[in-house]
Amino acid sequence: MKVVVDMDVCQDHGQCVFASPEVFRLSDEGRLLYVAEPDESLREDVEDAADVCPLQAITIED
Amino acid sequence: MSTMDRIVVAGASLGGLRTAEQLRRAKFAGEIVVVGDEPHMPYNRPPLSKEVLAGKAGFDSVAFRPKAAAGDVVWRLGSAVASADLAGRTLTLADGESLSYDGLVVATGLRPRRLDVPGPVGGRHTVRTLDDARALQGALRPGARVVVVGAGFIGCEVAATARGLGAEVTVVEPTPLPLVRALGEVLARALLERHRAQGVRFALGRTVSRFTGTDERVTGLVLDDESRVRADVVVEAVGSLPNVEWLEGNGLDLSDGLLCDEQLRAVGAPGGVVGVGDVARFPNARYDAVARRVEHWSVPGDSAKHAARTLVGAEQEAFAPLPSFWSDQYEYRVQSFGAPGLGAGDVRVLEGDPAGDVLVGYHDGGGRLVGVVALGGAAVVARAAAYRGELSSISAGSAGSAGSAGSSDFSVMQGALS
Repeated sequence: MKVVVDMDVCQDHGQCVFASPEVFRLSDEGRLLYVAEPDESLREDVEDAADVCPLQAITIED
Repeated sequence: MSTMDRIVVAGASLGGLRTAEQLRRAKFAGEIVVVGDEPHMPYNRPPLSKEVLAGKAGFDSVAFRPKAAAGDVVWRLGSAVASADLAGRTLTLADGESLSYDGLVVATGLRPRRLDVPGPVGGRHTVRTLDDARALQGALRPGARVVVVGAGFIGCEVAATARGLGAEVTVVEPTPLPLVRALGEVLARALLERHRAQGVRFALGRTVSRFTGTDERVTGLVLDDESRVRADVVVEAVGSLPNVEWLEGNGLDLSDGLLCDEQLRAVGAPGGVVGVGDVARFPNARYDAVARRVEHWSVPGDSAKHAARTLVGAEQEAFAPLPSFWSDQYEYRVQSFGAPGLGAGDVRVLEGDPAGDVLVGYHDGGGRLVGVVALGGAAVVARAAAYRGELSSISAGSAGSAGSAGSSDFSVMQGALS
């Protein structure tokens, strides 16, 4: 599974961090960091993370 | 539930889309039909009062991308549901078509409340749909006199966007401070100062008595103290009404949206009817047994997931989402986690200063933190998120006195502040 976050669109809401903490986190400055190729077992969490993004900036490329 | 062949989703916005997707995730293999009154596929509404209104975002940038698993969903767009016969499991659409179902998702959302005062109608706008935002965008020219009625989240965001476009903006609000019902006095004052610093004028503690103008167009407002405000454009941001009229005659409680139980089942309905999104009035087991409608962006997604599992008969705990909302105004963000309204009686600045970046905590009668709201930039918003774990630990049965407040609002005394 490949995760792409459009960082031009991301506004650091951090909702993805709660849905999928293994893949997404916020730095101390509040900026988003993420794992680009997470394990397949995390798919449902990553789908939830994409759903809860207020900017819809997260795409899962199979 | 094994005899369920067709689920109809009434409402084709975020809640309807997410319910369709979650039904597929929950292994529902029957037909899914989504009915919506707007002609558009589901799109994201928060940008309507900001980027779309500023002319910076078109439909493509706000349209949701439905998941591949929901690729076989049937979309019946451009036709509202006119009525429902729940006993007969049949809907009638506005275009006269009749649609039978085995499961029904009520996700028909809200429409803007309108001001019921005399005067011309032309030039008065609301911001709920893409078409609304496009119509208003064309009127927000530099120098245009824009009057926003209502200083809630939509009103404040529209005011900020209109200022950014160079319009002259006046906000009329019946309470003494903008957003005081949602945020309490400390942050309401901080936001008022930020808007004033940007040149927005306020008529606080005032209501609209009538509109003035020609037969076709509004050119001004008369307020309840007989003061007059000139206007080229009026934006009415005075709250919303749930779209439930189509459900009347079925013995449901529709007094403020559709009353649902802790599994989002419609109370008083035959089996197989659930409520999703801001039309649903539901108890949040995290706090208490009081059913409330919640107009946060997170609610359609959270409730869709729960309601889809209810419809397919999955065992699950009572619905207990952690509330969360945000608002972007100028370069500032308001970010909330938890239930600030349940902690209205004990509000403390946790970090920072209301004049700059600030984090405010809301506590119940026992002094326990039940909500936080940050105002400012990314760093303080991230600090608010750091409290999310603590706020999540409030679970069903542990809410203590939080619910005894019996209100999700800050009490606002007219004229007590100035």
